[in-house]
Amino acid sequence: MGLVYFFPILWMFLTSLKTELQAIAIPPLLFFEPTFENFTLIQERSDYFKHALNSVATSFGGTAIAMALAIPAAYAMATAPGRWTKDLLLWMLSTKMLPAVGVLMPIYLIVQKLGLLDTRLALAVIFAMVNLPIVVWMLFSYFREIPAEVVEASRIDCRRTRDTIRHVVVPLGWGGIASTALLSVVLCWNEAFWSINLTAADAGTLAALVASFSSPEGLFWAKVSAVSVLACAPIMVLGWFCQKQLVQGLTFGAVK
Amino acid sequence: MMRGRLATALQAPSVLALGAWMLVPLSMTLFFSFQRYNLLYPERSGLAGFSNYEFFWTDPAFGPALANTLLLVGSLLVVTVVLGLALALLVERAFWGRGVVRVLLVSPFFIMPTVNALVWKNMFMNPVYGLFAVAAGWFGAEPVDWLAEAPLLSLIIMLSWQWTPFAFLIFITALQSLDAEQAEAARVDGAGYWSRFRFLTLPHLARPIAIVVMIQSIFHLSIFAEIFVTTGGGPGYDSTNLAFMIFSQALLQFDAGVASAGGVFAIILANIVAIFLIRMIGRSLVV
Repeated sequence: MGLVYFFPILWMFLTSLKTELQAIAIPPLLFFEPTFENFTLIQERSDYFKHALNSVATSFGGTAIAMALAIPAAYAMATAPGRWTKDLLLWMLSTKMLPAVGVLMPIYLIVQKLGLLDTRLALAVIFAMVNLPIVVWMLFSYFREIPAEVVEASRIDCRRTRDTIRHVVVPLGWGGIASTALLSVVLCWNEAFWSINLTAADAGTLAALVASFSSPEGLFWAKVSAVSVLACAPIMVLGWFCQKQLVQGLTFGAVK
Repeated sequence: MMRGRLATALQAPSVLALGAWMLVPLSMTLFFSFQRYNLLYPERSGLAGFSNYEFFWTDPAFGPALANTLLLVGSLLVVTVVLGLALALLVERAFWGRGVVRVLLVSPFFIMPTVNALVWKNMFMNPVYGLFAVAAGWFGAEPVDWLAEAPLLSLIIMLSWQWTPFAFLIFITALQSLDAEQAEAARVDGAGYWSRFRFLTLPHLARPIAIVVMIQSIFHLSIFAEIFVTTGGGPGYDSTNLAFMIFSQALLQFDAGVASAGGVFAIILANIVAIFLIRMIGRSLVV
């Protein structure tokens, strides 16, 4: 049953190892002599590495920005909850419900006016904003579990809050920070809406590259599959390792 | 305790950034929606009143798009929750190779939406070479051109494949925190599988189910990549949803005014859903 469900991915992988003729053979071939030529062809024709590099840069860049903003905020919310903390968290959650299409036009125009259309910087900033609510929520739920006494004691030892964050919160919350970052990278990597709409030749990510194969000439199945495998494999493997964190992050800490 | 001012200072960057990210484009969308504004004809500008709304409202795509949006969200919710729950219950019991099965079941969720769409479009739903067509041939049936004849159903199939793992993942995680002793006690007391499911498992899963519904609604209200890659909203408007309709107004027809009016509409729709969801579920998350 698991295999049946997994089959489309397996099939994609198999197809990527076929020649174009084998890929559309009828009946479909399950056994064949594998070839790796698609992978090399892809690099030559559509510059896979450039897109991959864009994906890496925007995912990690966006994650870094989001983390830099979120760690102090989540720390403050978790250790010194005020009257507004609850409302603030809910408000952040609600921004997630804002449909991206609703603000497509303004964002497009702003980015255009700033001359940042088709740049990695613009995409990274947007990724950061899109994921910020999830990142804050997830960090908040991790930081809340650091015992209050430890934080309290360190606050007496370290006079400055910056030191407390650096020497106590970050080391203790390291697991939480790492898995939050991981989740954020996964989400950025797979993001398609903004990548397709705001990038072209220069800053196109893998998601945009794959989308460009949707045109009729995309009937080169083996090559499409090769790109897809390369685009998905790293994230799928990452995903396998962070299932638990994923659940916690995507449910805003409600299911652990 | 940390002083209040410091706490505020630490939270300020996030709040301000997020506030700007939300408010600036929102107010611009609102502003544009009352303006005559086409990127192709910058000289034709000025106040448009409600004409953009009227234009969007009376667009022949509007009715189908709205219906398709709701239909997609609704059917996806039903399919993924039921299927995800069934799979989670099956996998919950210990058996040999469970870890592997779990990994296999979860994997589709990590696939890029654009890849997901292409795999299904080419390798399964292609009317000549696709596996579905080949399978139909084995049974002597006429192959179906899925994306042309049943575009919405095709989208539901590929999206369910991608999102059932999400529901499954959350349900199985929740199931594993179910009190095993309680279940055992119920079994000893003579409760059958169904009554245990009905009175023990289902109440335990109420919150996870609510959360799955909430999060999937957020994502499914603005499905875009899959439509962009597979059907392009067609044939006709058969698979156009609101997100895709606004996209085509904005970046294919360059009409910023009408696209913004559509954006306002999408935001209102999302907010109606969001208010219900936050009321229902959001509050319980924070405690």
